[in-house]
Amino acid sequence: MSGITNVQSRGRPAAWQRLPPALRSGVLGVVTPLALLGLWQAACAAHVAPPHILPSPAAVAERFQMELTGGTFWLDLSASLSRMLEGFVLGSVSGLAFGLLLGLSQLGERLCGPVFLAYRQVALFAWVPLLSMWFGGGEAGKVAFVALSSFAPTVVNTWRATRAIPAPLRELAAVLTFGRLDYIRLIALPGALPGIVIGLRSALIYAWLATVGAELFLDIAPGIGGRLNEGRDKFEVDLMLVALAVLAVIGLAFSQLAAFGERRLLRWSPR
Amino acid sequence: MSRTGRRRVATLTVGLLVPTVLLVVWSAVAAKGWLPDQLLPAPAAVWRALLENAASGDLLSNTLISLQRVGEGFACGALAGLGFGALLGLSRTMRVLLDPCFLLLAQVPPLAWIPLLILVLGIDEGMKVTVIAWASFVPVVLNMAQGIRDVPAPLRELGRVLTFDPWYTLTRIVLPAAVPSIFTGLREGLANAWQTMVAAELFASSEGLGYLIAYGRQLFQLDLVLAMVVVLGVVGLLVNGVLALAEQRLLRWQALAP
Repeated sequence: MSGITNVQSRGRPAAWQRLPPALRSGVLGVVTPLALLGLWQAACAAHVAPPHILPSPAAVAERFQMELTGGTFWLDLSASLSRMLEGFVLGSVSGLAFGLLLGLSQLGERLCGPVFLAYRQVALFAWVPLLSMWFGGGEAGKVAFVALSSFAPTVVNTWRATRAIPAPLRELAAVLTFGRLDYIRLIALPGALPGIVIGLRSALIYAWLATVGAELFLDIAPGIGGRLNEGRDKFEVDLMLVALAVLAVIGLAFSQLAAFGERRLLRWSPR
Repeated sequence: MSRTGRRRVATLTVGLLVPTVLLVVWSAVAAKGWLPDQLLPAPAAVWRALLENAASGDLLSNTLISLQRVGEGFACGALAGLGFGALLGLSRTMRVLLDPCFLLLAQVPPLAWIPLLILVLGIDEGMKVTVIAWASFVPVVLNMAQGIRDVPAPLRELGRVLTFDPWYTLTRIVLPAAVPSIFTGLREGLANAWQTMVAAELFASSEGLGYLIAYGRQLFQLDLVLAMVVVLGVVGLLVNGVLALAEQRLLRWQALAP
């Protein structure tokens, strides 16, 4: 493929080539957002669509400013985040326990493994109506859905990782006559940590997805997803674009956070 | 019976133990009336709801509609994703230009686009297929690009030594080497398409499996809701099975290669 790159680079001015690569990719990286922004502005100026369908970039920025200073933005953000955190902790802690049960005990695996696998086949959102009947459409129903969404990925990865602990380590534990608890604490958890971290990472992504889903589907309450619904009901596209941008930034922050946590937790591992 | 056969039967029996116990407890709770029907209908009622819907043809027609939406959305999303992913994987310039924007958009949960798309496209098929396509597009792009970038350098050098032109290198070396990663992306994409289909149908639709669930919920017919949850599980399993089969066939050469 270097053939392709060579052909392209030959056409470029020499001064551009002399710039440091980091600077070059930095410059190129902002080209597309700027171009899109320009296109958007041009479309608005040319009245491609009425302003309530296609608000100008300035109008969206103004709306964002308004939400930040005078609106309920911070309230919505903290409502969404705390909802997500509660559900994530509930789901991942119980998922960790269940995953360890499946991974450590052969009997546990044979008893509960098939039921869990069957449960996993059902699409996540199919549980929303059921949970809303059982827990109501309010806060409890939303948190229950977030917990359910982070449960399965934690279980799968914990299960797989504890199953895959190398036999020599198990034998070592047997030679040292470790008890069950010592085995879990000293061998199983550290040995399975890389897999468990992967599970928690994907649980975090699912929890965020489920938070937004719960806010869209269940009763109206403060939250970023709720603002999306409000924007649709009132036909305020600027509000929806602000909410979507906030969702993107939070999603980005979570994936950075998860990558950072992964590096910290796995610093000792040779991987 | 051979020893392995006996062991298999034992495993099966143990595996069926928990579902059986759950079913018995569920029936008992329902029979004693400890929980109202609106919260937990009897297993027999769920079975009846399933049979009734199957007999009236509602089940088949709604399943087909849901499958059609998933099929259309996934086909569009996966095809576009393969193309865009190849672009990002093959050209450094394109990656630097487009990757940041794409990654930022990919951070938004797919279903969060639904309210905006409803305003722009209305609540008909177009909106649903678009969301489903976008949901399957993202993982296909990520894995396609990664798979191409991860093709071992010696393989590419081989192409250069043999003086393959770029197209030949792509079709004979890069793409075959990236097939496992491509399939990971397709599998994730299909799973996402399936999830998003249910979400989109719950949100706004008048047909489909997700609609039947929402409908059952509105009428407080939890037996219908549970029956459709079971159907979603079974159909999801079948769809995954078909993709796994396709993957096995396409990857057969890898097992043969030394």
